[in-house]
Amino acid sequence: MEKIIFYCLAAVIIAFGIASVTSRKMLRSVIYLSFVLISIAGIFFLIDYNFLAAIQLTVYAGGIVVLIIFSVLLVHHIEMELEMAKASKKIVTAIACLIGLGVFLTAIYSYDFNVVNNSITTTTAEIGAGLLSYTAGGFILPFEVISVLLLAAMIGAIVIAKGKKLTENNNQSQ
Amino acid sequence: MIPGISIYEILTVTSILFFIGVYGFITRTNLISILISVELILNASVVNFVIINKYLFPEALQGVYFSIFIIAVAAAETALAVSIIINLYRQISSVEVKEIETMKY
Repeated sequence: MEKIIFYCLAAVIIAFGIASVTSRKMLRSVIYLSFVLISIAGIFFLIDYNFLAAIQLTVYAGGIVVLIIFSVLLVHHIEMELEMAKASKKIVTAIACLIGLGVFLTAIYSYDFNVVNNSITTTTAEIGAGLLSYTAGGFILPFEVISVLLLAAMIGAIVIAKGKKLTENNNQSQ
Repeated sequence: MIPGISIYEILTVTSILFFIGVYGFITRTNLISILISVELILNASVVNFVIINKYLFPEALQGVYFSIFIIAVAAAETALAVSIIINLYRQISSVEVKEIETMKY
């Protein structure tokens, strides 16, 4: 059963990934991206990381996709079609990507992974305890740094998006 | 771990997803499409962290923490990128890569 679900999710990921980078309609390509992200959340559910799947659904499929859709609607006409790259450039890039994929796959399949058979379920409490522990191997410092980073990104986004008025004030003060 | 699915198959899927992202990053000529491709690349790496954690080191949780941090950084990056794109559109009325020559402010 899990096998069938995994193959369906993999097919959806690859098909909609290709569709999202080749579609000429902007809004459609964002919707295809959201399908890819939701299928990846499905893979997280399959391997029993429920907390990560919830994060993936809320942050990516809920937040980032909506943000990109907003920017598309602010910047484009909905009917507008994208300018595409030249066919020769596309073919060269596709060949280069296939060669890179071949290198990756030969490296992966020639390595003998030491897989541990297990069915351990991780609870959210364990993840939270590890994130906030300050003993060896704890992640309290990166956790605090990431919170400062999010604050800085928020302030930076406000300042940049505010735009012209602010830069005029800066010019006057110089 | 998923019963009946080996680690090789999942790593194959994430490699394909990564190179789809690289292909889009190079061939697209629009800033928002490039942002979408970067999201695909980041997501492939997140799945790799989680899968390797689950299959090879099921006792540890480091892969989960790193994926949480990658998702947080991706969210911050997207917010900044969208604000930069909107500001650029106000100034030059375009989001095509080849028309962006001013990076002054």
